[in-house]
Amino acid sequence: MTTSDVSEDGEPTRRDFIHIFGAATAAAGAGAVLWPLVHQMNPDASVLALSTKEVDLSSVPVGQAIKVMWQGKPVFIRHRTPAEITEAEATPLSALKDDVARNDNLSGQPEATDDARVTASDGVARPEWLILVGVCTHLGCIPLGTSAGENRGEYNGWFCPCHGSHYDLAGRIRKGPAPENLPVPPYQFVSDTVVKIG
Amino acid sequence: MSHVSTYKPSTGIEKWLDKRLPIVRFGADFMEFPTPKNLNYWWTFGAILAVCLVIQILTGVILAMHYTPHTSMAFDSVEHIMRDVNYGWLLRYVHANGASMFFIAVYIHMFRGLYYGSYKEPREVVWMLGVVIYLLMMATAFMGYVLPWGQMSYWGATVITNLFSAIPVVGESIRTLLWGGFSVDNPTLNRFFSLHYLLPFAIFGVVALHIWAFHTSGNNNPAGVEIKDVKKDAVPFHPYYTVKDGFAIVVFLILFAAFVFFNPNSLGHADNYIEANPLSTPASIVPEWYYLPFYAILRAITFDIGPISSKLGGVIAMFGSILILFVLPWLDTSKVRSMRYRPVARMWFFLFVIACLALGWLGGKPAEGSYVMYAQIATAYYFGFFLIILPLLGILETPKPLPRSISESVLHKSAKVETSAAPGAPAAAE
Repeated sequence: MTTSDVSEDGEPTRRDFIHIFGAATAAAGAGAVLWPLVHQMNPDASVLALSTKEVDLSSVPVGQAIKVMWQGKPVFIRHRTPAEITEAEATPLSALKDDVARNDNLSGQPEATDDARVTASDGVARPEWLILVGVCTHLGCIPLGTSAGENRGEYNGWFCPCHGSHYDLAGRIRKGPAPENLPVPPYQFVSDTVVKIG
Repeated sequence: MSHVSTYKPSTGIEKWLDKRLPIVRFGADFMEFPTPKNLNYWWTFGAILAVCLVIQILTGVILAMHYTPHTSMAFDSVEHIMRDVNYGWLLRYVHANGASMFFIAVYIHMFRGLYYGSYKEPREVVWMLGVVIYLLMMATAFMGYVLPWGQMSYWGATVITNLFSAIPVVGESIRTLLWGGFSVDNPTLNRFFSLHYLLPFAIFGVVALHIWAFHTSGNNNPAGVEIKDVKKDAVPFHPYYTVKDGFAIVVFLILFAAFVFFNPNSLGHADNYIEANPLSTPASIVPEWYYLPFYAILRAITFDIGPISSKLGGVIAMFGSILILFVLPWLDTSKVRSMRYRPVARMWFFLFVIACLALGWLGGKPAEGSYVMYAQIATAYYFGFFLIILPLLGILETPKPLPRSISESVLHKSAKVETSAAPGAPAAAE
């Protein structure tokens, strides 16, 4: 066994080894310390506790819509009339600016048919209930059209006053600068009239 | 240019201290620093900026004693400062208008650096540290504007943090990390307050490096030639420039006071006196005036560029418009610093100033119709100036003859005059 610091054949010496080992241990320690300092910024337990919301739909008559808060954002729930459902279903995919369903209840990238926009996490489409995150996909404004009397845009759905995006009766972007359809949040019907969002 | 210390400790205490902590020597050398004798009033904005930073820190620390960073109380606590706290209205108006004054001064300071080539060898590091300071200022001012929790605070924060979601793959996670939730909310307000208090001290540190760097390279000057003979070309910083800077600071503070006392809300947006409401978006979201050129660049990219969506493209262009300043010292290929001797570059420079002002105006207009086209033209010129015009001009342009020294440029308006400056001749005004 050699006691020299420098090996003659260029192999790492025992001293090299202890340097590398020491530096690697310090780097691992630094990473372990850094992670809590970063991760504390992510949503905390109290925020996550509010990450689901149950809504009783029995008080929403046909033809009206409500706005509820979920994760600090408004969620639009529209009780669509048969005529509105027919109109939304009749829209060809070729007329859409964004033909992806944007539905968190569906996996993959299904096409933005009306059915794909009203499908809950159990895979069942309920065309009378349209549930959307009410945040414009352009720069995060709240589109108008939920409350009675508000401007619903050229496609009778929602209209964003900030930069003029028009959404249709399935919350799909039809005109204006917004790049994507209004996203459908994950939701499930816990009974016929109660929906759990999140 | 570092200079030889001329400080001689005169008292016993100074001699004792000089061997242990030469802080008096440091101050004396700072005041003695040989400074080009031809600096004009555009050079006073460095000192003005130092005053702005001190004013912001002083008023800000005091405001923090009365402010509550909670979504349910922030708006009310600001009104409490305005109505109840003794002189609270003054402190808040000075702080709010102080931010605007700070940016007026920094923009003049930056355009001065551009015009006189202050970013060129050997001052690249001075310039880059300046860009770091500017970025820190933008971040600090943005977070400060969120704190009153008015409608513009909330929706401005929403729009700007949403920009990060344009980053591919990790964008959404970064946005959630910034928010500490699923939208701008109380955790966001808390951390913005913490960082808004922290960053000015970071700025203070980088300012110290900025000054250290140009005390190593020496000041640039309107002639753009280096000091050759300290006796002929330079004067000590004190009293020559302490007095000149002091006068400029007083004039600047008069303008500052005119805003604080007569038009305290003219640079802000009326909607920020409405409390933040996550369910209702204002008709138009307009950032503070000092961000408008970059907001215009962001919105000018309305088209997809290959795989890059228009949203991501806008974000890249906006951040790129500032980050490009970091490489400016290497984009400008001309060896001549001052545009005084670059007649062609000077025209393009003034066109650049006009483009920046136009972008600022367009950023406050709705992004529709012909405004978008004008913003696209101005954005194209903004980048073209740095990426095409400055690199090419260094090769194509024939500069005017440079003066042989600062002293010569001061004593003879025309660089063609052959006679050299007489020692001890009084310096002519610029």
